[in-house]
Amino acid sequence: MSRYITRLRMRRTYKWNGRPVGEDRKLKRQYYESMSISVEGKTEDATVSLGQYILIEGDDDDNPFVAQLLKLYTDDSGKKKTAVLQWFVRMCEVPQNKRKLLGRDPHPQEIFFYQDRSCDNEVDGETILGAVQIEYVPVQDPFPVGKSRDILFVKLLWDTKSFRALDPELMQPSQSPKSPPPSSRGPQTRALPTPDPSVMKRAMSGILTRGSMSTGKMSSSEAESLHSASKLSAAKALSAKRRSQAVSGPQVRKKLDLCSPSKNMSRDDVLGELLDERSEKTLTSKLNTSPTGRISISIRLTPLNLNKEECVSPLSSHSPDKPRMTAHDKDDAARARTPSRRKDSAALREPALAALAEEEHEDSPINTAATSRSKRKSAQLVSSRIKKQLNLLGNKIGLQSDGEDGDDDDCFIPSKIDLQSSSDEEEEAKIDSEDELIVKKHRGSGTSRSTEKTRVSARTPRKTPSKKTAPATPRTPRHATPSIPSRTAPARKPGNVLEEARARLHVSSVPESLPCREQEFQDIYNFVESKVIDGTGGCMYISGVPGTGKTATVHEVIRSLQQSAEQDEIPHFRFIEINGMKMTDPHQAYVQILQKLTDQKATPDHAAALLEKRFSAPAPKKETVVLLVDELDLLWTRKQNVMYNLFDWPTRRNARLVVLTIANTMDLPERIMINRVASRLGLTRMSFQPYTFKQLQQIITSRLNRVKAFEEDALQLVSRKVAALSGDARRCLDICRRATEICEHSGSQKNSSGLVGMSHVMEALDEMFSSSYISAIRCASVQEQLFLRAVIAEFRRLGLEEATFQQVFVQHQALCRVEGLQPANVSEGLTVCQRLGSCRLLLLEGSRLDLFLRIRLNVSQDDVLYALKAD
Amino acid sequence: MSKRRSLTEAQCVSLAQKLLRERLCHQKLPDRPLALDSQYKHLLELLRRTAVHGESNSVLIVGPRGSGKTMLLGCVLRELMSLKEAQKNVLLVELNGLLQTDDKIALKEITRQLHLENVVGDKVFGSFAENLAFLLEALKKGDKSSSRPVVFVLDEFDLFAHHKNQTLLYNLLDVSQSAQTPVAVLGLTCRLDVLELLEKRVKSRFSHRQIHLFSSLSFAQYVDAVRAQLSLPPDFPDPKFSDAWNHSVTKLCEEKSVEEILRRHFNSSKDFRSLHSLLFLSVSRVSVSHSTLHEADLLEASRLISADSKAIILHGLSILELCLIIAMKHLNDTYDGEPFNFQMVHNEFKKFIQRKSHSIHKFEKPVVMKAFEHLLQLELVRPVDSGVCKVQREYQLMRLMLEHGQVMEALQRYPQCPTDVKQWALSAFA
Repeated sequence: MSRYITRLRMRRTYKWNGRPVGEDRKLKRQYYESMSISVEGKTEDATVSLGQYILIEGDDDDNPFVAQLLKLYTDDSGKKKTAVLQWFVRMCEVPQNKRKLLGRDPHPQEIFFYQDRSCDNEVDGETILGAVQIEYVPVQDPFPVGKSRDILFVKLLWDTKSFRALDPELMQPSQSPKSPPPSSRGPQTRALPTPDPSVMKRAMSGILTRGSMSTGKMSSSEAESLHSASKLSAAKALSAKRRSQAVSGPQVRKKLDLCSPSKNMSRDDVLGELLDERSEKTLTSKLNTSPTGRISISIRLTPLNLNKEECVSPLSSHSPDKPRMTAHDKDDAARARTPSRRKDSAALREPALAALAEEEHEDSPINTAATSRSKRKSAQLVSSRIKKQLNLLGNKIGLQSDGEDGDDDDCFIPSKIDLQSSSDEEEEAKIDSEDELIVKKHRGSGTSRSTEKTRVSARTPRKTPSKKTAPATPRTPRHATPSIPSRTAPARKPGNVLEEARARLHVSSVPESLPCREQEFQDIYNFVESKVIDGTGGCMYISGVPGTGKTATVHEVIRSLQQSAEQDEIPHFRFIEINGMKMTDPHQAYVQILQKLTDQKATPDHAAALLEKRFSAPAPKKETVVLLVDELDLLWTRKQNVMYNLFDWPTRRNARLVVLTIANTMDLPERIMINRVASRLGLTRMSFQPYTFKQLQQIITSRLNRVKAFEEDALQLVSRKVAALSGDARRCLDICRRATEICEHSGSQKNSSGLVGMSHVMEALDEMFSSSYISAIRCASVQEQLFLRAVIAEFRRLGLEEATFQQVFVQHQALCRVEGLQPANVSEGLTVCQRLGSCRLLLLEGSRLDLFLRIRLNVSQDDVLYALKAD
Repeated sequence: MSKRRSLTEAQCVSLAQKLLRERLCHQKLPDRPLALDSQYKHLLELLRRTAVHGESNSVLIVGPRGSGKTMLLGCVLRELMSLKEAQKNVLLVELNGLLQTDDKIALKEITRQLHLENVVGDKVFGSFAENLAFLLEALKKGDKSSSRPVVFVLDEFDLFAHHKNQTLLYNLLDVSQSAQTPVAVLGLTCRLDVLELLEKRVKSRFSHRQIHLFSSLSFAQYVDAVRAQLSLPPDFPDPKFSDAWNHSVTKLCEEKSVEEILRRHFNSSKDFRSLHSLLFLSVSRVSVSHSTLHEADLLEASRLISADSKAIILHGLSILELCLIIAMKHLNDTYDGEPFNFQMVHNEFKKFIQRKSHSIHKFEKPVVMKAFEHLLQLELVRPVDSGVCKVQREYQLMRLMLEHGQVMEALQRYPQCPTDVKQWALSAFA
């Protein structure tokens, strides 16, 4: 899509169209309806107006951000143009690890409705590139084919945790003609960037009074906050309140999912109340005209229209809940079959809360020409007809059930489901559409009970075939992830105490807690937490010798931060880990970061440029990224570009990047970094001291966790020995593991307590720490031993620690004669010498030098003599 | 049965020879490794735990060349694969430091041996970086209880430590220390100081288990091993022949001279590989007319094996070249090993010619130069500084690559060596 690039490089000028439509005196803002963008060198101007879908300049030229324009305003100076948006995300913007939640291959032109409270939705108006066309495709329908490449399709909603079916209503503001011009109510009801006391009070009182009885309410308030454009801080306060008062995070989230569709109705209830007579008139007139329009418009829009019909006709005064579960609600009903209905209704009766957020939707009315809309509708109609006729076989239909699964239990269900036989899908699709038609008819006639029946009956066949698993077709290589084949027999569980202990002592087993690093944990936690909350960036350098728990502590910190992010205590953040040892070249760091961030593949240079852009661009749609750089010293290059960039990005104003670096040496910044790099790294440093013997002991004890396998003394011996040598926890655990093995083997002979005792530990220590040189010399052949003696004799004669082979060989022959052995010839002598050299008892030069190769001892002379004497 | 009986002696001999040669050359695994019981148990137990419990491990098998590292591993793997639980579960990846000379090649080889390349078509074999990321991802995806354990055998482990940044070792050992696909990393090396080669973070990730193989064979065991190696198995088609053969082998091993030969070999090295080459040579001398192994066969084989390579070259030299060698030896004696040049050698040679002009033909200088260059080609003399130097060839400094004793011995054995030359060599004065 090179056209964006060309656009980017062109100079654009932005101008307001027409007069301000509203004004907020408190904030000194003036609201506009549209803006024209004139591009240098082009005659006609592009115009973007409220409700239109637009492209926002992002860090990727090929894939600019997509959003719907909700508001346009300027501050009193009139210079800064600000746009309030509803974001859409492309697949490439979804975190890589979450992509599989989709359970199918994304359509190249597919985007997702983005629902994330933490995301800032105000951008500089001058980042708008232009308008784009977006088409809503109902979940169960395949993507239209043969359309222009510039049209984007939206099918699902992405709420940073899962993909869900998108309620077309959410897309609606652009298409609802009934919204009054904002000027009519602008200043009073407009969402404010600062918490409006009255709003807050209402929200809180709502929660206080009703929070205990219904979760639906809360979720509706949550939904509000999702939509409140600029009321971020208010939303924050609200959510904080909620948290302190009521249910834990996951539940809240779930409930939000459940009643998000019904919220529309409540909104419309409010609408009904708020609207002045004129708007009501327009609405009713719209309603009057709607039946015909609806039928021609096709089934897709049915749910939406139904909702509206219902809520604007107050006479029906909340018709029974069941019929309200129209076809499009089915997804949600299927998702959580039992509890949802009641909550829906509960939510319905609380329209006041919803008003908070929904006002803002009405602030973004669409006065765009009806022609464009009708064009789109007709386009939809045509495409749907085509689809119906062709009964497109496409595994994309399976998407709906996938979305549900993803929601149900937040876990990934293998893509088998979407590979189910297409015939089932076809049928299903047919049934669905028929079902909707039936529903509509019944609605018209007003019999609600039969509707329910048909709906249920229609649902059953749909649900069952999806359980069937068809033979898996081979995945496309692009998304295939390699894996080691799984084993046929399951791994055996540890049988006795010693095996249990061994499993617990393995370095890989993740301990319940990290003892002895509480202080470090707290420091890192505080650092990262504060940065995440503030939305700022920073660097931290962590040093310590190997095996002191640096990486483990950081992982632990991230784990607990992610937990609290799950519970909405802190904003969400991305965690990315790279390891200097796990890449082939320092510049690969860029590639890996980019790939983990956006799943793009690029060459190092290109990746660096993209990252640079991403971290310096003021695009607000960002969550904080926490980057862990392990083995930092390996990212050293001569010009230190990689390190420089890593430490420079966090200092950018809009980067929101927290970099945690780990290396072994404490003075690494001083030693290898040039000043400008070291300066950017800053002084937030932490060093992990080697474990003391008490700490090591505690670590083992906590790992064993009351599995009684070791004698106290034995543990103490291990920890003291290791602490004296290196303080490496890995070593300590390995020794203990070996000791249990030794104990197990000797256990059968001796009738001991069955515990690992001193003797076993001693043996393990001996194995691991004792030098093998002496035993190697003792086990060497006679000639080899003689040669070593000759070497020492020659050294003594020369008074040097080095001799040539020729010199040593003379000594060797003499020694052979003394020992009464047949003297070896030169070839044999060299063989002996080489053999000693290969196990590094001797250090040799290249054997090419033949007689003149120089020999040195790799062991001390005393050791050699000691080993030889002992015979 | 009738067929078996009809075996002629010639057939028997060739069959026996074939059997023994296979045993000696193909490195056939013995039923049970000799005198390595504790190491065998340790390793087997370790691998069994990886295979059955999914426990990751790393271990180094250290021992001098020919001490049976590969043999031990082979025996252990054979036993492991015969276990029902392990049979289908274990994936084996064998690398050799001499073949996989850098991490890039090693990674490709691992991918190939794990049959991962067909998962993604040709895509894997992109860049080195992609390869690494690919493999790490593959290993990371597994977990302790469900994925098949992978046994990595790294032969010549020390050479892997020379790869850049020790990336491969770090990653393999890191996997072995984290909750990913269970792996067992087995390193085979003859270097005792191999741990010092590892970088500190790589070292920290290694479990520090080392299995040392030092043969503590006594001479009696060695002789037993020789007997066992030479004996024909009981299921030999012709029992009569095999009985006779085995009897002769037993008798052979008791003979004094044979024992002497074997002891000499034993003193020089205890490993079986050199023994095998000795036995192979002697077995090859068996023929129909010479149907049992004799003392002389072993003697001859031993002589061939322990022969000094340079002495053999000296036997093929001309008298002139030999004279030059003697001249160089005298120069070495006079100047105590200092390097010399052609001119000095020629002068020395001329002096000898002048004294004993009657016995040696007088050679022109270019002819002598030619002879000298031949010696240079044989690398019996070598220039001191190998680099190109502007010095004329006659004056280039050289060193003699022969020991004093080697020259003297060669002279003794040289066929029809003129006595004058011999005397010249023996005389203290040039």
